[in-house]
Amino acid sequence: MKKLRFFLMAFGASLTLLAGCKPDTPPASPTATSATPPTTATEAGTTTATTSAPAGKVRVVYIPKNTGNPYFDGVVKGFEQASKEIDIDFSTTAPAQPDPTAQISFIKDEIQRGANVICITPNSVDALNSVFDDARAKGVKILTVNADLTGNESHRDGAILPTDFDKLGANQIELIGSLMKYTGKFAILSATADAPDQNFWIKGMKEALKDPKYAKMELVGIVYGDDKDQKSVTEAEGLLTKYPDLKGILAPTSVGVAAVAKVVESRKVADKVIVTGLGTPNTMRRYLKDGIIPAVALWSPPEMGYIAAYASFGMSKGDVKMTPDASFKTGKMGSRIVGKNGVVIAGPPLVFTKDNVDKYDF
Amino acid sequence: MINKLFQRREAPLLIILAALVTIVCLLQPRFLSPGNLQSVLLWLPLLIIVALGEMAVILTRGIDVSVGSILGLSGMMTAMALRDYPELNIYVAALLATGIGAFLGAINGGLIAGAGTPPIVATLATLGIYRGLTFVVSSGKQVDDYQLPRNLARWSIDGPFGLSIPPYVVWIALIVAAAMHLFLTYSRTGRDWYAIGGEPDGASDRGVPVRLQTFCAYVLSGAGAGLAGLLYASRFGTVNPASIGNGFELLAIAAVVIGGTSIFGGSGTIAGVLLGCLLLGVINVALAVLNIAETWQSAVYGAVILMALLTDDAARRRLMKGARHK
Amino acid sequence: MISSRIRRLWNAYAPEIVVTILLILAFVISGWREPRFLDAAYLFDRSTLYTEIGLLTLSMTLIIVAGHIDLSVTSIIAFVGAIIATLYSRYGIPFWLLIPLAPVFGGFLGAVNGYFVARRNLPSLVVTLATMALYRGMAQILLGDSSLMTPPDYTGIERVTLPHTYLHTPLVIWITLCLVFAALLHRTVFGRYITVTGVNPEAALYSGVPVAQTLIRLFTLSGAMAGVCSVLLLSRLGVARYDHARGWELDVITAVVLGGTSIFGGRGTIYGSVVAFLLITIVQTGMGVAGVKAEIQVTAIGLLLLLAVLLSRLTTGRK
Repeated sequence: MKKLRFFLMAFGASLTLLAGCKPDTPPASPTATSATPPTTATEAGTTTATTSAPAGKVRVVYIPKNTGNPYFDGVVKGFEQASKEIDIDFSTTAPAQPDPTAQISFIKDEIQRGANVICITPNSVDALNSVFDDARAKGVKILTVNADLTGNESHRDGAILPTDFDKLGANQIELIGSLMKYTGKFAILSATADAPDQNFWIKGMKEALKDPKYAKMELVGIVYGDDKDQKSVTEAEGLLTKYPDLKGILAPTSVGVAAVAKVVESRKVADKVIVTGLGTPNTMRRYLKDGIIPAVALWSPPEMGYIAAYASFGMSKGDVKMTPDASFKTGKMGSRIVGKNGVVIAGPPLVFTKDNVDKYDF
Repeated sequence: MINKLFQRREAPLLIILAALVTIVCLLQPRFLSPGNLQSVLLWLPLLIIVALGEMAVILTRGIDVSVGSILGLSGMMTAMALRDYPELNIYVAALLATGIGAFLGAINGGLIAGAGTPPIVATLATLGIYRGLTFVVSSGKQVDDYQLPRNLARWSIDGPFGLSIPPYVVWIALIVAAAMHLFLTYSRTGRDWYAIGGEPDGASDRGVPVRLQTFCAYVLSGAGAGLAGLLYASRFGTVNPASIGNGFELLAIAAVVIGGTSIFGGSGTIAGVLLGCLLLGVINVALAVLNIAETWQSAVYGAVILMALLTDDAARRRLMKGARHK
Repeated sequence: MISSRIRRLWNAYAPEIVVTILLILAFVISGWREPRFLDAAYLFDRSTLYTEIGLLTLSMTLIIVAGHIDLSVTSIIAFVGAIIATLYSRYGIPFWLLIPLAPVFGGFLGAVNGYFVARRNLPSLVVTLATMALYRGMAQILLGDSSLMTPPDYTGIERVTLPHTYLHTPLVIWITLCLVFAALLHRTVFGRYITVTGVNPEAALYSGVPVAQTLIRLFTLSGAMAGVCSVLLLSRLGVARYDHARGWELDVITAVVLGGTSIFGGRGTIYGSVVAFLLITIVQTGMGVAGVKAEIQVTAIGLLLLLAVLLSRLTTGRK
């Protein structure tokens, strides 16, 4: 028995070693194999059936933070709409959980699958640097969508941001300020403590609060719901307990704002605590209509996806340079000008109230 | 009488809990305000119902790590049914959720008791499979609050007799706990679970239908997780395929084991599990109402659990000093 | 005569044989369905993503053979990474000096687990569940929401290959440690102690096995391995953050049980774990390059686990 076990061990070791040795003949390169006629993918992968794009088509893939997130479904809608108008072969894929490193294998696979442009909403501002460098070395363009690699902009080709992040913080403060009549205590419920976008906006909010207009408003605390239902609800309830005289909660995250609305409803304090923030119309529809919350803001994710698709197409064809002051046409959205750091801004945020929420579906 | 109380297995846990609540109250007197008590109470029902099923499995010396995924799949399917058939009665929906959960649990039970797969392997596999199916049945789309019936949400807001504390969901959890207590004490199946966990080989020699009863434990665990799926929809409104029940298995196992149920099977009480759930609920709510910086929360959570374990263990040893020879 | 030997071999090593066959099948099917899979440079490059999981699979095999579990390893990776990055960038300690210290830090954190399990007789599942939160939390206290960069000349170890091969450095380390761990479990007294402890800890104690000492050493080893993983991950990503490597513990445990290690302890081979790990890697790579959706991948790994276990259980006479 002992001998056998050792044999198994040695066999395993030699197998791995053998597999690692470079063969004398060059291995099949991706370009060589892609010349073979397109085969259909495995049965399981019915949703993405193509293996190589027909000549001339630009292969664009979008990798959101994770699957099943309704916010990104809106972005995908925009991409799909644009792909009917221009010659792109669009697909989307994402990890099941929004972990910082979970997107790496998806990027590597998409490079191997022959993507020309990878659009991505990164889960980390720095953990993806090296895989982005690999991709760009192979001629694949990297376009971040919805978020930027703040501090690591040199590792991507361009960024499409939904709205002007420099102004969003002030914008949100004005929104909650006007609803609170510019007086009283309020708190912020954010996503995770290290969410780069939310932290950037919160910085902008604190800056905006210095305006004498908001002198009677007091930011009493910032808590983090981690974009999880249970944690967001518990933190929101904690705020109500900690600050019995709280007049407002600002939640600049779609999971968070829904959780806060749920909490003020179940604690029956909707008449005392004003809730607002960033949320999708579909998730917030009932709370708006029932008067639990007065208003919530968001930009249009489909519009952002649509612009990203046009930018991808142009970048791949070489018509669009993501350099400051360059501009490009985006179908029915008119033309867009590239700002500093290669950032393109989709548009101003929309404000949803019970009167207009039914006009939107995302 | 008091002496007897202190000899109970749950006594040290109760003391730890009391100490913890006292400390939290000193730091934040509003911890005992009605609103906050409701937060604590609302934190519990999901966990209690899942933990009770998990306990049945652990009693038989098994483990069920698929409960979070069962909660997800059954919650998603029931929420979709409520969305697509608005006339569906929510009590029927509760039965449906429990039934789906029981069916998924029966698959686990079949793999474990029927085919002899080790429990952790079978449930680790179904953890992935059920989670994947949650995405497949929902096409990756979440069910939003406005698509669910209002009286479902009310379960987590209002209570019977016009009182809002405690809400219906808490009563549901307590009824399940009471039923489970009676079941464990008086039914043949319940007693067999203890026997199987205590001594699997001996149990079968004494005529316990080991396979059948083990199967039943997994069905029950699945049924509990299934019902919890609907309560999740009631409590949080949105049912998202990625987040519903994700990671819930570790929480449930922690509650059961902190509650004094032996991870090696054969011993454990409902009261202990309830206290375990309560301890976790108090810790989580306390972290939110005390001004503990976000960056410290996870460390404090881990440290408190570890301390609870150590204190519980030390107290038990003292109580049993002499009775136990090592 | 020969058939009875095959029968005996099958009865003793059914899980290992099943995963080996599945590995070959997975490779053939992936290559057949998706020609772009058959690209050695891509395969070896992509497999570096799983290096840390592969390394943890080795130490977790020993832990599970001993009848225990260690859920805290991935938190140890993050915590040790946080310590090293903090010492380097805030206190200016040279990085090369810190690399050998990583397993030491990791080993210490593992020893803490070992102490609670062996000396206080607490169930390892709960202890490591608590330290999983504790260590992750301490990493968060150290780093907060910032990420610390490692020195530029240290990043990118996974791009360096052994001359004339596709073997990236992390793979070389992994293969070496596979052999070390196989020898450790199957050839040393320590390995014997681990197995005996896993079969029956009480009997082991009465037959003179230093059970507590073995367990403490084992958890220390597990922590030290996490420390090694931590420096590899730092090099691969170039940054330390508190939330790195979260959730990998389930992948590790899946590989170990898929390789035929009994969760009740006492049975398991390094060979089985290694092949099972390769199987999961190949299946994920094959599905990834074919563009299979993430949630289907999760389902497929679950089905694979069931298939492997059922195949080996239903065909052997073992109860």
